[in-house]
Amino acid sequence: MPAAPAIATPAIRAENVCRHYRMGETLIRAVDGVSLEVRSGEFVALLGASGSGKSSVLNLLAGLDRPTAGSVVVQGRDLARLSREELAHYRLHTVGMVFQSFNLIPSMTVAENVELPLRFAEVNRAERDGMTGAALARVGLQSRVNHRPSELSGGEQQRVALARALINRPQLLLADEPTGNLDSRTGTEIMNMVREFNLQLGMTVVMVTHERALAERYAERLIHLADGKLVRNEGNVPAAADPLSTASEGSRA
Amino acid sequence: MKLTDLTELALRNLRESILRNSLTTVGISVGVASLVAMLSLGIGLQQLASRRLMKSGLFDTIVVTSRREPRNFGHDEDRNAPAPADSRLLDEPSRLELDRLPNVIEANPDIRFATELRYDDKPHLTTVAALPESSKSTDAFESIQGHFFTSDTAPEAILQKSFAAELLGRPHAPGADETNVAELAAPLLGKDLIMSYAQREAPQNGSAATAAVTHGNSSSAANMDPAASYSVVSRQQKLKIVGVVDLDPESMRGPTRGRVFVPLKLAESLHVMQPTDLRELSSSSGDQTLYSSVSVRVKDPAQIRATEDAIKKMGFNTFSILDATRSLQQFFAVLDLFLGIFGSLALAVASIGIVNTLVMAILERRREIGIMKAIGASDVDVKKLFFAEAGAMGILGGFVGVALGWAIGHVINLGTNIYLKRQSLPPEHFWSVPWWLVGAAILFSLVVSLVAGLYPAARAARLDPVQALRYE
Ligand SMILES: Nc1ncnc2c1ncn2[C@@H]1O[C@H](COP(=O)(O)OP(=O)(O)OP(=O)(O)O)[C@@H](O)[C@H]1O
Ligand SMILES: [Mg+2]
Repeated sequence: MPAAPAIATPAIRAENVCRHYRMGETLIRAVDGVSLEVRSGEFVALLGASGSGKSSVLNLLAGLDRPTAGSVVVQGRDLARLSREELAHYRLHTVGMVFQSFNLIPSMTVAENVELPLRFAEVNRAERDGMTGAALARVGLQSRVNHRPSELSGGEQQRVALARALINRPQLLLADEPTGNLDSRTGTEIMNMVREFNLQLGMTVVMVTHERALAERYAERLIHLADGKLVRNEGNVPAAADPLSTASEGSRA
Repeated sequence: MKLTDLTELALRNLRESILRNSLTTVGISVGVASLVAMLSLGIGLQQLASRRLMKSGLFDTIVVTSRREPRNFGHDEDRNAPAPADSRLLDEPSRLELDRLPNVIEANPDIRFATELRYDDKPHLTTVAALPESSKSTDAFESIQGHFFTSDTAPEAILQKSFAAELLGRPHAPGADETNVAELAAPLLGKDLIMSYAQREAPQNGSAATAAVTHGNSSSAANMDPAASYSVVSRQQKLKIVGVVDLDPESMRGPTRGRVFVPLKLAESLHVMQPTDLRELSSSSGDQTLYSSVSVRVKDPAQIRATEDAIKKMGFNTFSILDATRSLQQFFAVLDLFLGIFGSLALAVASIGIVNTLVMAILERRREIGIMKAIGASDVDVKKLFFAEAGAMGILGGFVGVALGWAIGHVINLGTNIYLKRQSLPPEHFWSVPWWLVGAAILFSLVVSLVAGLYPAARAARLDPVQALRYE
């Protein structure tokens, strides 16, 4: 192994990662010895049945959770060695997250939700306004800045979440079933945007899904989990070879 | 996070659940209000008391006596011993010197003598005391019937209530103290008194060897140094009654009570023979007026000790009620402390409201905290946000509370003055909210709120984002 030089430095390398929960006498192995590598700029899908540990793996990559064993190294940094404060900094600047349930703050307007990470990053107001405008333009929501999330459709809410995820220009986009709550047409719109970020902004994407079809359409690699273990790791040629020109045009209409 | 962002987010979060946060803030306001009300009452009462005491002349007066004057009559054997080297006579030049001391407003001789007054052709023996013009402002004359002397030389008299009763032939029964001063004054004001007194006269040339001492004590007369003699002449002075007072103003200043008061300059011009005259015969030059004591009024009672020391250095004995002020201050310090503790108690109860509100907010905003952490908020950011909310409630409650406390105090003051008016007593201002109290109350409210925010903020910061985001 040391003889083989890496073609590209991996963006993510997880080695024998475990996340065990102790519930009284029983030990729940949510993640049980997963090793995986994700190249910089790669689009990877995490597949598996419900309860197989997909979200748990994603949270470990996001630095929201710490593994009970093993290591997660993202861009040369071992997350296990980072302090709580450093982990927050990592989440703020390196990672963008999107969730199935959008996770927007209901009391804030669209613009306020999008600019929230900039407040944590202590970006001053004038700069913030410009960046928020640009991010919302990228997801085609310039006209809804002052609306509350509850006034938007599911697809629109997920677009707000996408704008928020990319506002701090992270290298890593972690998406947990981003289309799970959307109909297939809206889901496709969202997926096309994710793919656009992947190709145009060079963001590394790790997406959790249990829809094999969706994964095969967009991801370059499919990683299958079962009972917290990695069971299959297969390469894939995305079906949507160049969906950008058509699909993303449509999503902005 | 920046302070501006923190404040902005905190205020918007407070607005989100406006009812609950308003109620919590009202709780803090009531706490601050009670603190302000209690303390300003304490401060106001203290100011009222010191104002009253200053007016009484109790604390701004030093009584100066000569060291030759034996103050303690138990030390009879010392009486004829040589006076200390630095002892001085309390004469007019000394009085002028006292008058010129820094921090001294005026130095007035205490003139007091026993004499016979005729009213309605009936003689009455009593003590007459002289009053300087400045006495007019003491509270003894606040409720005078009639008026104060028209001038410092006017042949006028002010009677003490009990003497007025005596003149009218009303027996002074114990417990009959409730006699109305106005009732006593009505028949007396404007009437004349004839005062008989012994005048001390400088010796005439040639007749120096013999002195005619009309009312004197014969043994003193026998010991007289012929060279320093003077004559005593019996005289009469007509005095018009201009006022009757309830309080005895002299009780505040000197050891002897006067029952009839005359203007100081008038008393001086009469050259009434006083006990000192006889006692000082052996050493006095004879033509000098000597005072038994001089009352010195100071500008700043806080520096009464320095002034007393200066007077002692001049070679006189002094007497003041300095220590009384100190124990009074002690009393008010304790009073303020207790009032402050009671006031703070309400604020402490209100701070429990803050803890409760913020803990509720954490439960309610669990998911929101999880989201913020997922998108990059650090523990410190979350902690600061909750602190900012607690602080904002504290400052807001502080401002409203100070206003409320001020208003409550005003109403109490107003109500009390209406009551005082009904009792035909003069209004009093016993309510005071100094600026430092406003600032301190708001600051205290902020500090208490932040302390109350400590636990909720720490709890919010520790929240596990994975758990918070797990369920809808
Ligand atoms: N805090 C916890 N305590 C105990 N067990 C937990 C905890 N969190 C997760 N688990 C368990 O870990 C396993 C993996 O959960 P995870 O959420 O990663 O699954 P998932 O693959 O994302 O499922 P889904 O597709 O339903 O989202 C589950 O069996 C779950 O019950
Ligand atoms: Mg999941």
